[in-house]
Amino acid sequence: MSDLVVVEPGLLTTVQDLGRPGYQRVGIPPSGPLDRTAFVVANRLVGNPDGAAGLELTLRGPRLEVRRECVVAVTGAEMGFAVTGREAPAWTAVRLKPGDVVTFRMATAGCRAYLAVAGGLNVPPALGSRATYLRGRLGGLEGRALQKGDGLPVGASALALDRLEGRTVPLPRCPTYPSEVECRVVLGPQDDRFTPEGIAAFLEGPYMVTPQADRMGYRLKGPTITHARGHDLISDGIPLGGIQVPGEGQPIVLLVDRQTTGGYTKIATVISVDISRIGQTKPGQRVRFRQVTLAEAHAALAEEQRWLDEAVRA
Amino acid sequence: MGIYAEPRFLPAGDLAVSIELADEISREANARVLTLERLLTDSQLPGVVETVPTFRALLVRYDPLVLPWGDLLARIRALLSRLAGAAPPPGRHVELPCAYGGEYGPDLEEVARRLGLVPGEVVRLHAGAEHLVYFIGFTPGLPYMAGMPERLMIPRLERPRTKTPPGSVGIGGTQCSIYPVESPGGFWVLGRTPLALYDPAAADPILLRPGDRVRFRPIDAAEFREIAAAVAAGSYPPRIEVESAETTP
Repeated sequence: MSDLVVVEPGLLTTVQDLGRPGYQRVGIPPSGPLDRTAFVVANRLVGNPDGAAGLELTLRGPRLEVRRECVVAVTGAEMGFAVTGREAPAWTAVRLKPGDVVTFRMATAGCRAYLAVAGGLNVPPALGSRATYLRGRLGGLEGRALQKGDGLPVGASALALDRLEGRTVPLPRCPTYPSEVECRVVLGPQDDRFTPEGIAAFLEGPYMVTPQADRMGYRLKGPTITHARGHDLISDGIPLGGIQVPGEGQPIVLLVDRQTTGGYTKIATVISVDISRIGQTKPGQRVRFRQVTLAEAHAALAEEQRWLDEAVRA
Repeated sequence: MGIYAEPRFLPAGDLAVSIELADEISREANARVLTLERLLTDSQLPGVVETVPTFRALLVRYDPLVLPWGDLLARIRALLSRLAGAAPPPGRHVELPCAYGGEYGPDLEEVARRLGLVPGEVVRLHAGAEHLVYFIGFTPGLPYMAGMPERLMIPRLERPRTKTPPGSVGIGGTQCSIYPVESPGGFWVLGRTPLALYDPAAADPILLRPGDRVRFRPIDAAEFREIAAAVAAGSYPPRIEVESAETTP
């Protein structure tokens, strides 16, 4: 069942679906794509349910050989998607035939691209999900990133392939990946543990993405954030986007493969629709945080949902 | 310090709320957290995605498009009003075989020396105690446990190890913990259990649960190897007894 064969794995390519909720209480983070929007659009372009398993490509995508006719869509970071040597459109359902070779180059904008295939990647689920949790060696393909020689089984497409071909997101609607990003945050859960100057410094920024940036979390470097009374906390659960500030006053944004609990104070939390913005940055890029209210964050989520429902055109 | 008269609702982004019930680490605070979690789980409230209990707080992940913030708070407040009369969830009694000392517990001798005990007495105290799992966190399957005898309290390692083998049973401060995977660590390693606290290949990869009561059964190196082989072959059922709700104190 090797419908797609991995000729070169790329820098870090993993199988993801929308994640593994329900296990954070036993120490297993949800995993799933860092850019949920791009991931869901890719699935919708090829007629899949939002949570079908696809690939997350990091910085440089893989080289794949096609063994069975299929329809794929590539979204997210601009990564020079090409089919058998010819540039192919991103944010579009593209038909592939046996013998075709899918290639990518280094990302020119953004950090993570997504490849969905009609029918989804049919690897065995672990704890109800196909998402790869690398540190826990769980899910995906044997709990690891793709390797040369791997075969990926593709499930049955919900729709006839010729009905999918050419479905697209009109260009002005495609997300872009600027070099400087703004992430909206809701203050808390422990903003009361910081000085007013500390919170002001955090919101002023900017912060640079350091090389310690992965699916677990992003360490940032910038203005020092001062605590009001110590940086230690009685360990508690860490939400998606939670921003920990250890003693040295530099923030760490915790993401999909995060440690599930921790004892550092969290000044703020990146709102869910902006997780993709930080997840699409590379080391050296700059991030600013902007405070919004919880009501504004919920409105942004509803707006994102509307955008998703209108984005894909047949 | 103590249990709050009014629980605190702390927004943790737009998809989660942290409900803080106390500002202390205690059995009472943790029992309230686990009881609130159970009430919430039993209510099967649509829009609640998952819960993460810790020492004194419950993180609730929700879908605000299904369950708006105001409704979520109202529902949790209603559950909190029932908290005092509610029984905590039934715990499980779990026996963990543990080989103390030697290659399995490289710090046993030094811990005994620093505490002014003989190694056998350290083992007797540690294995004689019931360790309550407050919660599981940080990495898959790692238990945060209470119940260390005061006589065994010892500051953490001055220089943390870079590698501790999986199954290592360590103590430090008032804590006892077990490393599910090879990790760096600051605990004094007294012994090692051959059981897998985290096995990603298993249908149920996590051995311990919040609220479990753990006892260590001292074993020798021969039995360690025997159990480890059975665990690897998938033929070692861990000894777990589920407490019935009626006998819960």
